[in-house]
Amino acid sequence: MKLIENVSRPVSRRGFLHGALAGGVFVLSARFIPEPLWAAEGEAAAPFEPSLWMSIAPDGIVTIVAHRSEMGCGSRTALPLVVADELDADWSKVKLEQAIGDPKYGEQDTDGSHSVRSSFDLMRQVGATGRVMLIGAAAAQLGVSPKDCTTEPHFVVHRASGRKLGYGEVAAAAAKLPVPKKEDVPLKPRSEWRYIGKESNSLFDLPEIVTGKAIFGMDATMPGMVYASVEHPPVLGQKIKSYDDKAALKVPGVQKTLTIETFKPPHVFQPLGGVAVIADNTYAAFQGRKSLKIEWDSSPHSVYNSAPFRKTLETTSRQPGKVVRNVGDVDSIFAKGGKTIEAEYYAPHLAHVSMEPPVAVAEYRDGKVLAWAPTQNPQAVQETIAGVLGIKKEDVTCHVTLLGGGFGRKSKPDQVAEAAVLSKQLGKPVKVVWSREDDIRFDFFHSVAAMYMKAAIGPDGKPTAWLQRTVYPPINSTFDASATYALDEMGLGWNNLPFDIANHRAENGPADYHVRIGWLRSVANIYHAFAIHSFADELAHNANKDPVQYLLDLIGSPRIVALDLKGDEAEEAKNYPLDTARLRRVVEIAAEKSGWGKRPMSKGRGMGIAAHRSFLTYVATVVEVEVDSKGQVHIPNVWTAVDAGTIVSPDNIRNQFEGAAVFGTSLALFGEITATNGVIDQSNFHNFQLARMNRAPRHVDVQIVKSEAPPAGVGEPGVPPFAPALYNAVFAATGKRVRELPLSKTKLV
Amino acid sequence: MIRFKVNGKEKTFDGDPDMPLLWYLRDVAQLTGTKFGCGMALCGACTVHQNGAAIRSCTTPMKEVGGAEITTIEGIEPMHPVQTAWMEIRVPQCGYCQTGQIMQAIALLKDNKDPSDQDIDTAMSGNLCRCGTYQRIRAAIHQAAKHQAAKETA
Repeated sequence: MKLIENVSRPVSRRGFLHGALAGGVFVLSARFIPEPLWAAEGEAAAPFEPSLWMSIAPDGIVTIVAHRSEMGCGSRTALPLVVADELDADWSKVKLEQAIGDPKYGEQDTDGSHSVRSSFDLMRQVGATGRVMLIGAAAAQLGVSPKDCTTEPHFVVHRASGRKLGYGEVAAAAAKLPVPKKEDVPLKPRSEWRYIGKESNSLFDLPEIVTGKAIFGMDATMPGMVYASVEHPPVLGQKIKSYDDKAALKVPGVQKTLTIETFKPPHVFQPLGGVAVIADNTYAAFQGRKSLKIEWDSSPHSVYNSAPFRKTLETTSRQPGKVVRNVGDVDSIFAKGGKTIEAEYYAPHLAHVSMEPPVAVAEYRDGKVLAWAPTQNPQAVQETIAGVLGIKKEDVTCHVTLLGGGFGRKSKPDQVAEAAVLSKQLGKPVKVVWSREDDIRFDFFHSVAAMYMKAAIGPDGKPTAWLQRTVYPPINSTFDASATYALDEMGLGWNNLPFDIANHRAENGPADYHVRIGWLRSVANIYHAFAIHSFADELAHNANKDPVQYLLDLIGSPRIVALDLKGDEAEEAKNYPLDTARLRRVVEIAAEKSGWGKRPMSKGRGMGIAAHRSFLTYVATVVEVEVDSKGQVHIPNVWTAVDAGTIVSPDNIRNQFEGAAVFGTSLALFGEITATNGVIDQSNFHNFQLARMNRAPRHVDVQIVKSEAPPAGVGEPGVPPFAPALYNAVFAATGKRVRELPLSKTKLV
Repeated sequence: MIRFKVNGKEKTFDGDPDMPLLWYLRDVAQLTGTKFGCGMALCGACTVHQNGAAIRSCTTPMKEVGGAEITTIEGIEPMHPVQTAWMEIRVPQCGYCQTGQIMQAIALLKDNKDPSDQDIDTAMSGNLCRCGTYQRIRAAIHQAAKHQAAKETA
């Protein structure tokens, strides 16, 4: 069964990028003409169908469609800001309309740190087109040439006379004008941007958030809905053999139980299956589950035990794998028998644990589904529900609420499908609420990984050959049960080492999956950067060199790195070449801001650095640690330098990178998911710990490099360099080289 | 029958006395500003005030709120100095935990007009933020303390 078409994957999502842009532009021009762009005064009684991206009401209120989800990265605000800037709108007169899932908006998956990158040009064009049409309408009304008119926020102004007309006043007339061709629509020069890149930008939803009025998925309701909580199979793929719900039905507030069929592989985003307790409220549904007695059948995944699995990964990592990048000939250098250094690194599974667990409300009626969900990808909701229920995806309407965090988990809408399946059985709307235990035990986990590194060292201490091998269950196993290689994920920090080494080979070895694997904020970059930048630091110390200088030497002279990329990655590299000048610059800025080499370091204190480009953004991070007498790690300071190209909201970007340091702290110090006989061992924040305020970095300094390069990612790239920088700092502080995540597994004193 | 007040209004409850206050607030009273995060008092997303003190509503059964005055984020008159500071410092990312953070911060500032960093750490470390806005939360609490002092001397 081909359940999902066009659902994002790490690689194919790049494919959609181009389709979305091309499709988006086409849709824009096609739909500007036949549909009213703006509501006209005389048409107020007629059903108002806003055009695809924006509309202007007679009172001047501009409504801009946000087609990306808001999970805390700022996309919902950033893209409309771009429209408003080119439109020359007054932001205080802008309302946002959150788009439902619909391919007419192009791709809508808010992931891969690409919302601004993929839609920046289109949003500029949308706004600028509107501005040209408003000028045209106003000029006609004033009896002057459009060439003699300009705009100020929300007004068209005749330059010579100073006469002006408000956007609302001319909107109706503007709507009747032909849509100008792209070449007749000038974009503002950067110097005239009012919102793009400005400090004053803040999240559109900020007032609602601080007053508790913001509506997240957890807060969505439908009239007449019931609550459901699902007891999932403890091991992936298990089916119900039998179950007894007598005790559950006696729990106050429990109405009934229903079953959800276990998916047929590949699992993709289908429901896991299980027994659902339907109740009057969430608490009753949770309580009812505790009294269920379920017997599950067997699953091939019950063999999954984390400790032996780690050994399997490590054994594989010592064998040759598939070559994903080759420069020169590492084997001949190693064969010469000079000095070599080998090291192995390990990183465990992680869970996303967004503060809002998975939740959704859906109603099935007359062969159609209406859903409200905190989803990163409403089109995946349509496709998943359509596949599971055997209906057309056009018959699934998915409204997007605010997301209480996402981090990649909420690209996968299995819980929305559960709500739809249950609603079909019940004949009324159902709200499915996952507990924290459900969230942690049944995640699409960040993969567990083993990395093997080997370098031959020249007389100057620099590597003459560098071999790196990575082995982990691939994300692709979620879409193809036979997948064992992660070749689609090599762009995530593995086939693009930016170091100037004459002989270099990167490989990928095979691994089986036993839990659902998914993408988590910055994805494979986490363990790839951990291995590469820990190893680089090891080589620096081995050569008795300063780690910053050694890193700069590894990066080498300013140049465009030649990469052997194919398909979408090659296409992307045309606009986003890997430029070592930009990487060097962030290293230099982070080092300078941190006072690298100049800060006095007392006993137990140390600093470490790592620099990693991901999601096309260059980031260098310096972490300062203090290891106390009990071996506990404190992080007084973090300095991060970021070159993300053209940016929209600088303060939001600082917030993203401050947050990335905390996210990085969680995974570096505490994060580990393990399995015993296929069952996940962790369940809540007591045994899957996150950094709290008292363990988070005390101060994170974020420096944003001014750049006119095309916009790159900001949500994810702060994460990868953090853990290696922290571990390198721990080495500097204690002399202990730790090669596995998280640090809590190693006694430092 | 349990009698209590929510945001100044008299309420009664005769359902399951073991039901946590959180689910009463969210599913029965439809006050959804109080969030569900863990159900074990480990994350603080569900923080409300019981007679002015911050409590975790997810582990407070209804049978324990009899006679109590419960205040949720909806009962805080906007803009409270803490909310103002949260806006000025632009604390939130996704925002889900922030109502719990704000309720915790309001309770802290009621007892401690000028908390030190250490005081803030102690009071706020029960409130998780997966987006990682702690640095801004700390700054916003200091700023709110200043706003509060200015308001009181005005």
